[in-house]
Formats: sequence, C-alpha cells, structure tokens
Amino acid sequence: MYKKIAMAAAGAAMIAVSASGSANAGPVLNAIKQKDFIQCGVNTGLAGFGIADSQGNWTGIDVDFCRGLAAALLGDRNKVKFTPLSAPQRFTALQSGEIDVLSRNTTNTLTRDASLGLHFVGVWYYDGQGFMVPRRLNVKGAKELNGAEICVQAGTTTELNLTDYFRANRMTFKPVVFESAEEWRKAFFAGRCQATTTDVSALASVRSVDAQNPDDFVILPEVISKEPLGPMVRRGDDEWFAVTKWVLNLMLEAEEKGITTENVDQMRSSTDPTVQRLIGNRDEMGKKLGLAEDWGYKVIKQVGNYGESFERNIGKKTPLRLDRGLNAQWTQGGLMYGMPAR
Amino acid sequence: MPFWSNPAVRGGVYQVTVLAGVFALGAYLIDNTLDNLAARSIRSGFGFMAREAGFELGESLIPYEPSDSYARAYLAGFVNTMKVSFAGIVLCSILGLFVGIARLSKNWLVARLASFYVETLRNIPILLQLFFWYALIIEVLPPSLDAINLGPGVFLSKSGLLFPLPLYDPAHAWVGLAFLVGIPAAVFYGHWAKQRQNATGQQLPRLLPTVGLVLGPAIIVFLILGAPLTFEVPVFQRFRFVGGGELTPEFLALWLGLSIYTSAFVAEVVRAGILAVDWGQNEAAGALGLRRGLVLRLVVLPQALRVIIPPTTNQYLNLAKNSSLAVAVGYPDLTSVTNTSLNQTGQAVECIAVMMAVYLTLSLLISAGMNIYNRVVAIPDRR
Amino acid sequence: MTDAALPIAPPRTGPTAWLRTNLFGSWRNTLISLGSFALLVWAVPPLLDWFLFESRWGDTPPAECRKAAGACWAFVHEKHRLILFGRYPFAEQWRPLVGMAILLGLIGASCYRPFWRRWLLAVWAVGIAVMAVLMWGGVFGLRFVETTLWGGLPLTFLLTTVGVGAAFPLGVVLALGRRSKLPIIRAVSIGYIELVRGVPLVSLLFMASFMFPLFMPSGVQINALIRAQVAIILFAGAYLAEVVRGGLQAVPRGQIEAAAALGMGYWLTMRKIVLPQAIRLVIPGIVNSFISTFKDTSLVAIVSLSDLMLSTRQAIADPLWRPFFVEGYVFIGAIYLVFCFLMSRYSQHLEVQLNTGRRR
Repeated sequence: MYKKIAMAAAGAAMIAVSASGSANAGPVLNAIKQKDFIQCGVNTGLAGFGIADSQGNWTGIDVDFCRGLAAALLGDRNKVKFTPLSAPQRFTALQSGEIDVLSRNTTNTLTRDASLGLHFVGVWYYDGQGFMVPRRLNVKGAKELNGAEICVQAGTTTELNLTDYFRANRMTFKPVVFESAEEWRKAFFAGRCQATTTDVSALASVRSVDAQNPDDFVILPEVISKEPLGPMVRRGDDEWFAVTKWVLNLMLEAEEKGITTENVDQMRSSTDPTVQRLIGNRDEMGKKLGLAEDWGYKVIKQVGNYGESFERNIGKKTPLRLDRGLNAQWTQGGLMYGMPAR
Repeated sequence: MPFWSNPAVRGGVYQVTVLAGVFALGAYLIDNTLDNLAARSIRSGFGFMAREAGFELGESLIPYEPSDSYARAYLAGFVNTMKVSFAGIVLCSILGLFVGIARLSKNWLVARLASFYVETLRNIPILLQLFFWYALIIEVLPPSLDAINLGPGVFLSKSGLLFPLPLYDPAHAWVGLAFLVGIPAAVFYGHWAKQRQNATGQQLPRLLPTVGLVLGPAIIVFLILGAPLTFEVPVFQRFRFVGGGELTPEFLALWLGLSIYTSAFVAEVVRAGILAVDWGQNEAAGALGLRRGLVLRLVVLPQALRVIIPPTTNQYLNLAKNSSLAVAVGYPDLTSVTNTSLNQTGQAVECIAVMMAVYLTLSLLISAGMNIYNRVVAIPDRR
Repeated sequence: MTDAALPIAPPRTGPTAWLRTNLFGSWRNTLISLGSFALLVWAVPPLLDWFLFESRWGDTPPAECRKAAGACWAFVHEKHRLILFGRYPFAEQWRPLVGMAILLGLIGASCYRPFWRRWLLAVWAVGIAVMAVLMWGGVFGLRFVETTLWGGLPLTFLLTTVGVGAAFPLGVVLALGRRSKLPIIRAVSIGYIELVRGVPLVSLLFMASFMFPLFMPSGVQINALIRAQVAIILFAGAYLAEVVRGGLQAVPRGQIEAAAALGMGYWLTMRKIVLPQAIRLVIPGIVNSFISTFKDTSLVAIVSLSDLMLSTRQAIADPLWRPFFVEGYVFIGAIYLVFCFLMSRYSQHLEVQLNTGRRR
C-alpha cells in the first residue's frame, strides 16, 4: 500500500514538474511576460561569445543579446536564464520550447530555414570558417593541408564545408570528429590533429583560452565559407520574432548614432528624430512592438550598443583580439547595417 | 459465480486493457510527434537515406566517399562497429580466460594479482576507462613528427599505430584457397585420430599434424607461386605517416578500453564455470595420473565451457553495445554516424530508429548464434 | 623401517609451509611466483613514487607541479569543489553535500537486514523528498537552484537511486508479465524487455535527448535531467525484470498450487506467497543492478548532464591544469571503485547469508 502511495506521489510530482516547466499554449511573448524571464540557449562555453565563470555568471556577445531582450521586454537585463547547449542539441531545444531564443553562434543556411521550423532573426556576427595549425608545422596556407588529420566538432556546418573545400581543391584529409566541444578542443591542443577548423572567431576564442601558449598556434589566412551567425527563434509567434529582430537592430543602430551606456541619459534629450525614436518614445515605437515606452533606453543603459558589447567581449583589448572587420558599421566599411526604426 | 470471477473472462479483460493501453500510448506519442513535426515543418520519412551525405569519415573498412549516400555512411559506421566489436571480443576472451584461470591458481601471488585486476577494472565505469586510455594516447605519445619507431616500418604516435601491410597479389587468392582446403583436412584427421585412439588405444600426435594440415598447403602453394610478397611500408609525408596498415588512436582506445573492461567480467564467468565443475572430477583425473595442465584442458575446461557460454554471450553483447561509446572518443561507429546524420538532416526520429534497429538486429543475431552453438556443445546424454 | 630412514617431512604449519604450498610448490610454481614478483618490483615502486613520494599536495601552483616527477594532487585540491558539485552555486554547495549524506545514510541503513521493513520505504520517500527540497530550494529561505546547475557526485547518486527505485516496480510488473499465462501480456512484456536490452544505453539517452521533446504535446516540455532520468529508469527496468524473473522461477511450483488450492487468486498469491520469496532470493541481483546503474549514470555526460564524469572533464579542460588529467581520472575512478567495490562485497556477503538461510 505504501508503495502504491509512494508511486502515485512520484507520478504526481513528475507531472507537476513537467507542468511547471511548460509554456502556456499561445504566443511565446505572453508566456515570457507571465513567467517574467527569458530562457535563452547559449554555448556550453565559448569565451567571448557565451561562457559562464565559476560562479555561474554568463558573459559574451551572444549572452548580451539575450540580456538586451530581457531589458527591452521585462525591463531588467538580469531577467534571463541561460541553457548551455551543445551543437547537436541546440535546434531540438528551440523546437521543443525548452528555450525561447537561441543565441549561440549559429549559422544561417537555406536548409536550416527550410527544414527546421525556425526563424533566423538577423546577423549578429559575420564570420567565416578558417583553419588553425600549430606554428611548428610551418604551414602557410590551407592549400598545404593535403593529407592532414583535422579535428572537427560533430553536428556543425563546419564538417560539411570542410569536406566541400577539400573536394573542390582535390585534396584529401582525415577527419577526427568529436561529439563535445570540450573533447574536440582537448584533442587538438594535445596534438592529436595537425589542424582544426571552425569559424575564425571561435578559433581565436579557443586559442585564447585553451592553448597553453596562444602564440604557438596560427590561424591561416584562408576563409573558406561565409558564416553569418545570429540568434534564432521558433516559428509560430511573429510578435516575439519582431521583438528579437528589432532589439538586434536597435543595438546596431544605436552604435551608428553614437548612443552608449555612458551618454544615453544625455542623448535622451537629443533633438535628432532617429535618436528620439530609438531611446525616447517618439512615434510610439515601443507600443508598436508591444513593449514599454523606454525599451530602447533600457537596452542601451543596461547592456550597451553593439560596438560596446563587441569591444567588451571579443575586441582588441580582450584575449580574443578580434578585429571589427566585416562587423564594423557600414559607415566604417563593414557590413553591420541597422535597419531604420521608424 | 459471477462472470467477472471467471479466470478466462478476467484474463481476456486484462489483455484487452493492456493492448488498448499500449496502442493508446503509441497513438498518443505518434500523434504528438506528427503534430510537432508538422508545426515545426520538419521533414519526415526515410528519403534522406538516398541523398548525398557530404561528410567524411575518419576511417572506414569499406570504400566510402563524402559523395556517397547516407545509407552508405550508415553501412560504413556499422562495419566500423563490427570491426571494433569483433576485435574486442577476441581480445577480451583471451584476457578473460587467462585472468579467470589465474584467479584460481594455487599460486597465491598470481591469484591476488588476478583478483586485483578484476575488482579494479569492473568497478570503474567503462566511459571513464575509455577517456583515460584516449587521453593517455593523445597526451603521452609523441606527435607524428617524432613518432616512436618500434621496429622496421612500425611507428607509434598521436596519430596511432602504423605498420607494414602485405600488398595484395593475385597469387594470394590461391594461397587462401589452399588454406580453406587445409581446415577440413585437419578436422578429418582429428576425427580419424580419435577413432583410432578409441579403437586401438594408440595415441597419435594431434597438434603438429593439425597445424601442418592447416598451414602446409597454403605455404606450399605460396612457395610454388614464387613467394610474391611485398609490403607497403608507412612513409612519412608532409604531416604524418601514410600507407600500410593503421590503427587510429580512437580505435586503439576503444578497443583496449572495451576489451580490458569486459575481460574482467569474462574472467569472473570463467572462474565460476571452472568452480561449477565438480571437484571430484579434478581428483579423479589426478588419480589417473594426468598432469594439472592436462586436467584443465581435457577434463575441466570442456565441462566448464557449457556453464561459461551463456553468460559469456551476455558479455559479448554488452561489449558490442558498449562500443556505442565510440562517440565519446571520436571513433566513427554507427552511433557517431547517427549523431552526425541527425544533426545534418534534423530528422532525429528516423536516424535514431535506424540505429536502434541495427543494434537490436545485431543483439538478436549474436544471441541466436550463441544459442545454436550452445545446443551443439551440450552433453548429448544429459537427460 | 626405522624413523631415521624417512626423509624429513616438511613442516605443515608456519610461514615456511605457507610459502611452500602457496608460492614455491613446484619448479613451475616457483617460476611463476618469481615472474609475478619481478612484475611487482618493476611496476610498484615507480607507481608509488608517482602516487606518493614525488607527488605535490596542497596549494602548489600548476607551473611548479609541472616540474614535479610525481602526481599533482594539487589539481584535485584546487578543483575538488568543481569535480564534486559541478556548477552548483558555490556558496550553496553545503546543500547537495547534506543531501548526499542523507542518501548515503539511507543506502547504508538499507544494507542492514533488520531494517528491511515497510517503514524503510517511508523513510526513503522522506529522504528523497528532503534531498529534492535541498537541491531545488525555493522554500524555507533556500535559494532556488535550477536543475541545469546540478552536478557532480550528488547528481550521480540521485540518478542512480531514483533510477533503481523507480525501475524496481517496473521490473516486477514486467517480470510477472513475462511469466503470465496470458499471451498478449506476455508478448508485450517480452517485447519491451528484449527491445530495451538489445540496444545500448547511449541510444536510449539519444532518444531522451532528441525524441522525447517531439513526443510531448506542443507547449509541454520536460527538462533535460528528467528526460535522462526517464531513460535510465526505462533501461534499468528491463534488466531488473530479468533479475526478478530469476527469483520467480526459483519459487517452487508447489507453493503456487498450494495457494490455488487454498482458493487464493493470482494477485493475492503473487503478493503474499511468490513475490516475498522471489524478491528475497534476488536481492543480491538487485544490488548488482544498482552497481551497474551507478556506473552507467556516467553516460549522461554524453547528453551534457554534468554528473561526476562531465564535471571532472570540465575541471580538466582548464588549460593550466590540463596535463594533470590522470590525477583527475584517478580521483573519480577511486570514488567509483570504492563505492562499487563495497556494494559488490555486500552483495556477495548477502548471497552467502541468504543461501544458508534457505538451505537450512
């Protein structure tokens, strides 16, 4: 009898747990407002993009996007919870509703758009796939890699691009494929492979963190693919999609207009109508999106513009030492082009 | 008696309820899945199996190109699973047999060492042991630039173990044929010798003629055809040794890890099997003047084998299933191919279903094979 | 014949006799002994040097550790919190520690036979509930800690005990079903048992990770921890069913017939006559299943749950300490080893005890 009761109790507990974790049927946006936090899927640990310190505080440029969303929608950059996801897990987690938004250096491709049931929000980092080799091998370019063993991570576009590149150049290679990012990095830096490949930004990131001496490794000049990385949301809630899209554009345009965390309070009284639309409440931009009037102000005040986030997490002064390059504003010769908020 | 107390009626009701429950659960899950797939516009069906896979595999026994289909990639993964399982079964049987016998050794030191081996290895998770072996290989061995030369043409490094491999020559087919002829000849000789021993009591030498009959024809054919044997020796190219035979670090770690872990269990099975043979048999054989080695080989082991086989089958099955941990050390087995495929296609249900079906078939085949073998070796006059 | 003509009989007791019978009985035995001894002399001193004499303990910085010839236990010293508790909030780590102590206490108490009573189940239920409250928090002023942050040894123990605990009733039902006279029930049970036993745990964990989300109605999701836990339960259930079946087969048919003659129905017979005897017989088997499950939980690392295995690998991933992976693996290897070894000794002890009880 006790056993039966215990079983019943356990069953009830399981149902309660699953129900408490479930989003209400209906738009994601309402559910987020109701639970009062955003569940954001991030990398399990990629320095500069999404990584947790030993206290569990997340930092990174992908993390900042989710913080921006929380500031815009819920008024507080801290009303966000992070789910670390491996590359193979990420889409399932978003599809199933485990997370509300995926901000985890994910490439936009046609196949993913067509077959995953997800929306790509916008480009958060223009990247490209490159190679990294130990300096002592004295390799000057990717064309010299014929016959090399190359460590790659499973379940990424990287694996396919790599194969395409070698096929196109009539070269051979031997892949060593790892399920987890940890194992992949450990194997490469232990010397299992003569080269590794992934997005250049990630190469710089792991080199800064995992190499005993970062100068022992060289990133080759060739970039073999276009990797527009950015956040994704699930289909079925266009309002939520619009919010994510415009928070992204807000952070881009704020940089173009020179609005920073420092000066956002003074800028609020600016007479420039574009600035007014971004951080004031001219033309009720917030209302149109279903957000508070001061959504733009809160994002910039609490998180900062795109450039600030870039410099803070991956820029020249960080261990990653990444150039703005393609990710500079379009006015500076880059590709970052915030769509007009009007 | 009311009709609901009738056992037949009750049985029927139970069965219908269970069946309905199973169907309802199945229908519910399938319905949800279809809904979800439709809502997320995820494609379904096995059409992807014929599409080009587009990814490369680290090693494959069968020819495989990235331009081949997903089905082919799955096949290559399956063959890799079979390769490591088979190699593991052979090595773990040998290790297990030795350690199992050693545990029962009269020699105190040997028995202690063997039981230390068993108790340590079977109580540490296999995954941990795999990580350990793999980390050991890739951290401790030198990079392929400074590979250790173990002998002529044999190199050991972070890129694995490379060794010379004989190049195929048409003459080798005839040698193989001669070898195949030799086996039935040896079996026939064995039968004849046994009959003769039964009839006349004369004991004919067994070992040498058997070896001679198996290998002799093959060697003679080989020599007649002019001993055509050239080795392909690994040569250092830009980054690593290429050519010859190769055991990759991933394979080595998986093979060693699986074999050593499983051998601890096999050793226990062997020990229990030997203990199951009545001690009197030992004494009787001793009284007949048989040496201890002969007692073990002629009296104890043949009887112990019947006790040993069923649980050993289980261990072999476990080894084959544990080979799925290859995914942790980067060996391209079935699980690893499944993992990559489901990421590239997004069709988790189909990919995992194929993987489970293959493992299930493999398991059922191994147990069926072992059941047949079991029937063959059973003592016929046991009631 | 005089006594003096006899060769001197070897002494039958004392160390010399022991050595003679156990190590140097014959020339072959002597050879084997010397060989093994040489192996020990070759292997043990360097291992001891590495393990103890040349090793670095306490607060040694990694750079200094690299110079040492022996093990760098400073790595374990530095990272033990991360290894043992994963990413659980640092300041709150006393909670999993207490929870784990409760679980271990319960496991220990359950090993004591006089405690095998109904109330032990109730105590277990309370213990698990307390542990859940401690881990989750959110009540009694405890900070709420989500399951994604749980990790390390407490998670391993939790997955094991809840896994085996929930798998046991499932196993009993399946075992009864497998021996049922009703063909459909038998077929369903056999189908389930063979299906699950025929596939590796990794494939079930993959299923839990990638397919369970699709099984749920849209909007409902189950967190990763519970998904992995369900996979472990489903897996362990099939194996426990086979263990219990062994016990069911050992209960003599006469008992069932006698019960039938008394007019007892199927369920009453099973509950009062067959199961109590059968389960008593297979307790060692259940303990062995517990050990296997304990080891198998290390596989959840593959679906990114940070159990003892994954938290250790996260600790090793620190580039400063990366050369000391052996120390990390040896440390958790020892944890697994000690626990599994004690449990298996206990199971052997039980086997002997329960067997003598039956033979009497």
